[in-house]
Amino acid sequence: MRHQTDTLAEQDDLDAQLLRPIEHSGVAMRVTTSALLFVLLAGWVIFGRQILYGLGVTGLNQPVVWGFYIVNFVFFIGISHAGTLISAILRLSKAEWRRPITRMAEVITVVVLAIGGFHPVLDLGRPDRMLNIFTAGRLQSPLLWDVSSISAYFMASTVYLYIPMIPDIALLRDRGTRPRWLYAFLAWGWQNTPRQRAVLNRAVSIMMILVIPIAVSVHTVISYIFAMTLQPGWHSTIFGPYFVVGAILSGIAALLVVMIVLRRIYRLERYLKLVHFDHLSKLLLVMSLLWFYFTFSEYLTAYFGNEPSELRVFFYKFSGPYALFFWAMVACNFAIPVLILSFRRTRTIPGILIASITVVIGMWLERLNIVVPSLANPRLDYPTGFYIPGLVEWAMFIGGIATFILGFVLFARFFPVISIWELREGRECSVKETVERLERYLPDPAPAPAARPLVDRRQTP
Amino acid sequence: MRRWGMVIDLDRCTGCGACMAACHQENNLTAAGPEQTRRDRAFHWLKMLPTESRLGDEVMTRYLPQPCFQCDNPPCVRVCPVHATYLNHEGIVGQVYARCIGCRYCMAACPYNAKVFNWFEPEWPGDMKRKANPDVSLRPKGVVEKCTFCHHRINRAKEEARVEGRDVRDGDVIPACAENCPTQAIAFGDLNDPRSRVSQLVSGPRVFRLQEDLGTEPKVFYLAEKE
Repeated sequence: MRHQTDTLAEQDDLDAQLLRPIEHSGVAMRVTTSALLFVLLAGWVIFGRQILYGLGVTGLNQPVVWGFYIVNFVFFIGISHAGTLISAILRLSKAEWRRPITRMAEVITVVVLAIGGFHPVLDLGRPDRMLNIFTAGRLQSPLLWDVSSISAYFMASTVYLYIPMIPDIALLRDRGTRPRWLYAFLAWGWQNTPRQRAVLNRAVSIMMILVIPIAVSVHTVISYIFAMTLQPGWHSTIFGPYFVVGAILSGIAALLVVMIVLRRIYRLERYLKLVHFDHLSKLLLVMSLLWFYFTFSEYLTAYFGNEPSELRVFFYKFSGPYALFFWAMVACNFAIPVLILSFRRTRTIPGILIASITVVIGMWLERLNIVVPSLANPRLDYPTGFYIPGLVEWAMFIGGIATFILGFVLFARFFPVISIWELREGRECSVKETVERLERYLPDPAPAPAARPLVDRRQTP
Repeated sequence: MRRWGMVIDLDRCTGCGACMAACHQENNLTAAGPEQTRRDRAFHWLKMLPTESRLGDEVMTRYLPQPCFQCDNPPCVRVCPVHATYLNHEGIVGQVYARCIGCRYCMAACPYNAKVFNWFEPEWPGDMKRKANPDVSLRPKGVVEKCTFCHHRINRAKEEARVEGRDVRDGDVIPACAENCPTQAIAFGDLNDPRSRVSQLVSGPRVFRLQEDLGTEPKVFYLAEKE
């Protein structure tokens, strides 16, 4: 027993760097938190004003009834695919390099889902009647599929974030980190017994499998909100997978940005190595190419279909009032990241950061390009105006981003952003396991010289 | 079972907009005002849809009166998450103002842009609010509203007919727009009654509906202009 605690203490020292921000939070942390809280509070005040006066305080209008709120809703929910999907898929495929990044990815998912999930409420004319969705819900409405899918995803990804955190929380509890009650409560009686470990691993495996189809369903269903209508530019069968691909693209980009920022702030160079960025950025490159393939198919069919109302939306984006946003989207999602990430010389940390930021911006533009131009070009020939978001909408957007950062700041204040026990597990047994696994993949060794008799038999006659 | 429908004779329509004004008055519509109208928030249940036709250099602009088309297959009803908009058994697409959560999905789904949204608490100039039509509810802010074919007039006609112990006859129900049309371009009645005026007009050769290819089955028919 004595011996074991010794090694544990040694290991704590090894990963002390990960525990430092929790046990010695500085002034910088308090200043950032207060600043973000202030932004958040201002956002709530502005939202209160919108409730008081009505949605008229936004820039929305009669044909363009959905604007920034829905754009941001789709965007934030898209980012949420970072997490769970990457972490779950990497865990499922036993990619050993995942260990230092899964936690961050999962945190992104949970934080961003909470923000994105709130956006439809921002968009309601009568948020006070929100519960009508449950008391008078209509199953045929894609919005209801959305509510169910996002709630399921939020619950699943919260559990999926929490379960692998238990051993780390127990570690903090055992070190006596304050606030003790929090860690004692959240550690859920973890004693690191073999049985507990078996149960934990099983729970993680179940959640990881469960979360993948739910994540895919979430963005498919969001695309259905648009695709189930007759509107030109929306009524498309490709929308489901197109949205999922875009979501994963923006998710990886957001994860890379978060990784690079946290690596810098908490000096995590020992943990987040170049190899992680290299692997992830190659994944980003693949998704970017896939995104282009989907976009190309989507617009090519619209163009060749030659339907007047479709074409109006098409040219509204290609050469009309939205041309700037459309081509900026193509540049940000495809041209710039592909150029940067294709060459080893530019696939450096700053290069990856630039590519990731442009992808995040580009995916936001993509959502804008989907939501607004279709509504701005109704089938009937109304003289339509132009949608310009109001200050309230910008404020809500900034509030959303502030909430995202705040979520991360608070998480990093109380929990390690890198899974410590998984790193340890990696150090202790993965190397051996991986070698064994690799050996299983390789062809069996050549059979021992038992083949001889065959030859002999041929020679006998 | 009745199936209410409307026929608008474009040969008779002068585009004067009296139907629009009558609808405004009858259904207690709020005035959007110049500022909100500039921001594309004009408030009409019945709109005048401008259509241009070109013959060589000659450009002709017409205005099509466009109420809610009360589709038999309404895209707005299909997407509503809370049963706030529904198709009633007489073919009218209703809107439950007290239940609508204001998500505006129905507006995004309607290919005819027939629905309007209360961006602010509705206001009526002067004492108009006190003189509001008592048969039609005043809508609060944040909900979607729409033309109902003057559903209150249908109900009143049905009640009168019941008191007199008879069926509703063709011509008993006249929506405000039809009533105030100076050229009597709008006919209203039961499409299921083969002897009604609308049924007879609908069987004529000039009939067309807007965007029939969408499969929404609108119950507002137009009669094209004669050569």
